[in-house]
Amino acid sequence: MKTPRGDTAGAAPALAVRHTGARLFVQAMLARAHVRILGSLREPTWIVSDAIFPNLGMCAFVLLYRALGAPRSYEALAVVGGVLTTYWLNVVWGMGAQLYWEKQSGQLQLYFVAPCSRMAILSGMAIGGLVATLLRSLVGVAIGVWVFHIEVAPFSPWVLAGVFLLTMVALYALGMMLSSVFLLFGREAWHTANALQEPVYFLSGLYFPIRSLGALGMAAAGVLPLTLGTDALRQVLMGPAAQGLLPLPVEAAALAGFGVLFLWLAGRALEYLEALSKREGRLTQRWQ
Amino acid sequence: MVPARESTPAVETRALRRVFKGSRGSGEVVALAGIDLRIEHGEVFGLLGPNGAGKTTCIKILNTLLYPSSGEARVAGHDVVREAAEVRRRIALVSGGENAGYGILTVRECLWMFSQFYGVTSAEAGPRVDRLLAAVGLSSLAGTLINRLSTGQRQRMNFARGFVSDPEILFLDEPTLGMDVNAARELREFVMTWVREREGRTVLLTTHYMAEADQMCDRIAIIDHGLVRACDTPAALRRSVEGGQHVELEVLGVPEGLSEVDGVPIALGAPHPERGTHTIKLRLSDGGRLPLLLRSLEERGVAVRGVSTRETSLEDAFIAIVGRGLDDTGAGS
Repeated sequence: MKTPRGDTAGAAPALAVRHTGARLFVQAMLARAHVRILGSLREPTWIVSDAIFPNLGMCAFVLLYRALGAPRSYEALAVVGGVLTTYWLNVVWGMGAQLYWEKQSGQLQLYFVAPCSRMAILSGMAIGGLVATLLRSLVGVAIGVWVFHIEVAPFSPWVLAGVFLLTMVALYALGMMLSSVFLLFGREAWHTANALQEPVYFLSGLYFPIRSLGALGMAAAGVLPLTLGTDALRQVLMGPAAQGLLPLPVEAAALAGFGVLFLWLAGRALEYLEALSKREGRLTQRWQ
Repeated sequence: MVPARESTPAVETRALRRVFKGSRGSGEVVALAGIDLRIEHGEVFGLLGPNGAGKTTCIKILNTLLYPSSGEARVAGHDVVREAAEVRRRIALVSGGENAGYGILTVRECLWMFSQFYGVTSAEAGPRVDRLLAAVGLSSLAGTLINRLSTGQRQRMNFARGFVSDPEILFLDEPTLGMDVNAARELREFVMTWVREREGRTVLLTTHYMAEADQMCDRIAIIDHGLVRACDTPAALRRSVEGGQHVELEVLGVPEGLSEVDGVPIALGAPHPERGTHTIKLRLSDGGRLPLLLRSLEERGVAVRGVSTRETSLEDAFIAIVGRGLDDTGAGS
């Protein structure tokens, strides 16, 4: 066996040339995102479970509205909700559960000992998950446009892109925060997320106008970023037919606020988690 | 402030202590009871001890993965608690049996990913990964998905991972655990060459294998029950018990609690799974006493099935210092 030469052979034990600070953050983030994107392309079964299956509920609602003779706008509501379901599933199970999986596989310890920011790793997971899900969500868009022939007309592609981005930042920042919560509480958090899945679907009005929930329901739903994102995107795509919950600028501002809040909470949760891990000697080992 | 390298050791601990809460309120477990170590730059330093001796706890503290309960630990002159970020820039950790990376990545992609977590520049990362893959004999598998590697191949990849950042101080925690003999020997040689060719690079190795520690380490600390029992070069440790004869007996019918024969302390091994015999290890200052000692054993009902004598080894030193062998009963868990 030979030792590789040429790195620093014969040199004093100075640190090898490496990026630090913001460059290291971006480097680590892109590397972690890269894994997610590659993974989505190399595991075809995920396309079925993450792209096809989440759209079946959407198809059922579109067919139901069609059978009942509901206005065509209802079909568009369900398609927008169905597309966002793909992201929500990725946020809960791809982001929220990820650190727990990392711990189970022994990978978490390697992240904790690396010099890069843990937020860079989480951000990479979020960006990679978002890009991978973007491809999958296009399946829902394709079904809506080419199978059900829904009609939407965004009043501005820039506003549409901006609202989509704000929605994604809020959702994935929530996922980053949930990842620490899942890790902290382990299986209990897992069961809680499972238990909350259907209520969140319901309160987010993914397949019906949120106004149908009534005043109390709307108030409860208004604190969920998924609800606000769904409603805001519908307003951009469908105008008054979306039967919006709040004025679009208010929803956009709330989504931006959620994004900042959840990112801050994700950072604090990770710091707490790491300190707890060092203090109690758990979390970085599978058996602890 | 960056400490002057000449004046600071690579690793230094003072009265390092770590106590864990016992499970379900069963009191406290003292993993480290106050360890003092000083490891100089350029050394391959071994921590040798039985299971539960505190080796891995010590490594975790030095790698900023655990807080010490009290005492102080510094790596490259930086405090592991207050300057954890500075410590992490200078170290890498390889633990035997760990599963680095993701199954959906190729071997090359996995090593590249870890190089990015350490900020290795793009210009350097690719060539360095290729050189490391060649060094651990995985070049032909560079494009293979990790989930298609055998356990041994995966361990080699994990080993290479520790070197992608070209660390100043490398921590190897039982790195050859479960490896086949040839692979373990090649990786040991690789580490020793790596250290030799890079002035000032330091390796801290924990191991369960006496021969590994003996072959690789410039100095060894023998650790037991959270304390350093001895710290010196392997040769000096051997010299400390030199003289006399090292005897190994295969016996049947050992009375319970047998710890000495005619005033000679013995180390009793676990029973052989098939033959049901035990191994007794002892050292005689005068080899001529062996027949008398065998007779004493027989008088106590012990049937001696085999006798062998050999040169002084590191294991002998270990037994003399700790009072039992690494794999012997009473080694803790």
